Amino acid sequence: MDLTLKIWRQKDRNAAGQLVTYPLKGISPDMSFLEMLDVLNEDLLVRGEEPVAFDHDCREGICGMCSLFINGRAHGPERGTTTCQLHMRHFKDGDTITIEPWRAAAFPVHKDLVVDRSAFDRIQQAGGYVSVNTGGVPDANAIPIPKTIADKAFDAATCIQCGACVAACKNASAMLFVSAKVSQLALLPQGKVERKTRVENMVAQMDVEGFGACSNTGACAAECPVGISLDNIAMMNREYLGAKASSENVA
Amino acid sequence: MNWFTKTFSSTIGRKIIMSVTGLFLCSFLVVHLVGNLQLFNADNGESFNVYSHFMATNPVIRVMEIVLVLGFLFHIYDAFVLTRRNKTARPVDYAEQHPQENSTWSSRNMGLLGTIILVFLIIHLWNFFVPARFGGLEGVVIDEVDYDNLYLRVVQSFQIWWYVAIYVISMVALAYHLIHGFQSAFQSLGLTHKKYTPFIKTFGYAFSVIVCLGFAIIPLYFFFFA
Repeated sequence: MDLTLKIWRQKDRNAAGQLVTYPLKGISPDMSFLEMLDVLNEDLLVRGEEPVAFDHDCREGICGMCSLFINGRAHGPERGTTTCQLHMRHFKDGDTITIEPWRAAAFPVHKDLVVDRSAFDRIQQAGGYVSVNTGGVPDANAIPIPKTIADKAFDAATCIQCGACVAACKNASAMLFVSAKVSQLALLPQGKVERKTRVENMVAQMDVEGFGACSNTGACAAECPVGISLDNIAMMNREYLGAKASSENVA
Repeated sequence: MNWFTKTFSSTIGRKIIMSVTGLFLCSFLVVHLVGNLQLFNADNGESFNVYSHFMATNPVIRVMEIVLVLGFLFHIYDAFVLTRRNKTARPVDYAEQHPQENSTWSSRNMGLLGTIILVFLIIHLWNFFVPARFGGLEGVVIDEVDYDNLYLRVVQSFQIWWYVAIYVISMVALAYHLIHGFQSAFQSLGLTHKKYTPFIKTFGYAFSVIVCLGFAIIPLYFFFFA
């Protein structure tokens, strides 16, 4: 396959970036999208040019490291797929492919296609955990959890924090990500201890980071590579309203 | 800020205000439409004029009128604040994007649709509410009592083609605003459930179409048949 790539190049955080066009020849349809970029980078290295920086790690669709806004879609045109699991067979010979970084004030472009997603880490640190301060490991089956609840919690827990929800949302809202983390823990008995302060603090941090609000367009869930559902957002809103109404945090 | 103002100035809190005021404004639409249907009574506007006199003078209605204005103000103010926040959340936009692949047009353009409705509302109030409340209408005697002839104003207004056009276009905008907004309000309030959400979505769609069609028929009826 012969392709024309239009890739966002940006030297560092403070530099102005621009789309640069690269022709690329001899791509196999069996390659993954990232392998295609590897081929481009080898060409660039041979020519003595700076390779394109992009995030990647496991290349198995489970780590959440890869990103890329491909032809106007987060993680490309295929549903339920991370960029690393997107294969070149979904493109045609002669295609022009536009590759941009996630765009959000809370995700500053670090270099080329790499964005700084540490805003997500700070939201997690604000409450996305269960505190276990003492004692041995309890028996996993000692606490009964209904199957439907366990399934919902597990579905929420599949979030890989890639940030596609923010990238796809017209408001660059992080609601789907935050709601997945809130729901996952709020549903389970172990998470109920810190239930109220968790949602209060995580939502507060989300707002501090500068993410937008939710317009319920559903773009996030449609583009989510692991299929996190909008039900989580409704659940977080319930949690938030309930916590604000009944928690003892008056500040 | 105390916990209360903090709650309702958060992104979720503002969406909760949007939902509550939005659903309240939906209830107003029902009352308004049911009242307006009296325009179709073949009594030369008698029942409509008596009804509009009641709406302008009844103390309960007058209090609810203030609540209604507050509902509009909170809805518009929060829409404005949220839109500004949402714009700053993405300072650099994408060179290429295909949002039609993942969301509906109306859900992405609630602000635009709302602005059309706001412009319509100002025109509508200026033409009917202001003269009805502050004078400027001709009088009419019904059962030996003097009433303002708002019916006459309605009939006259809807003889003008561009006025009818503004009304019909605005009602289309309102329909799209409600098609997304009605079910979206329940989602924002966290009122979702496997059993009820499909009904809420279907009901919201039907509600939006029927109410807006009901309003749009009035100017069309007077333009073509009166």
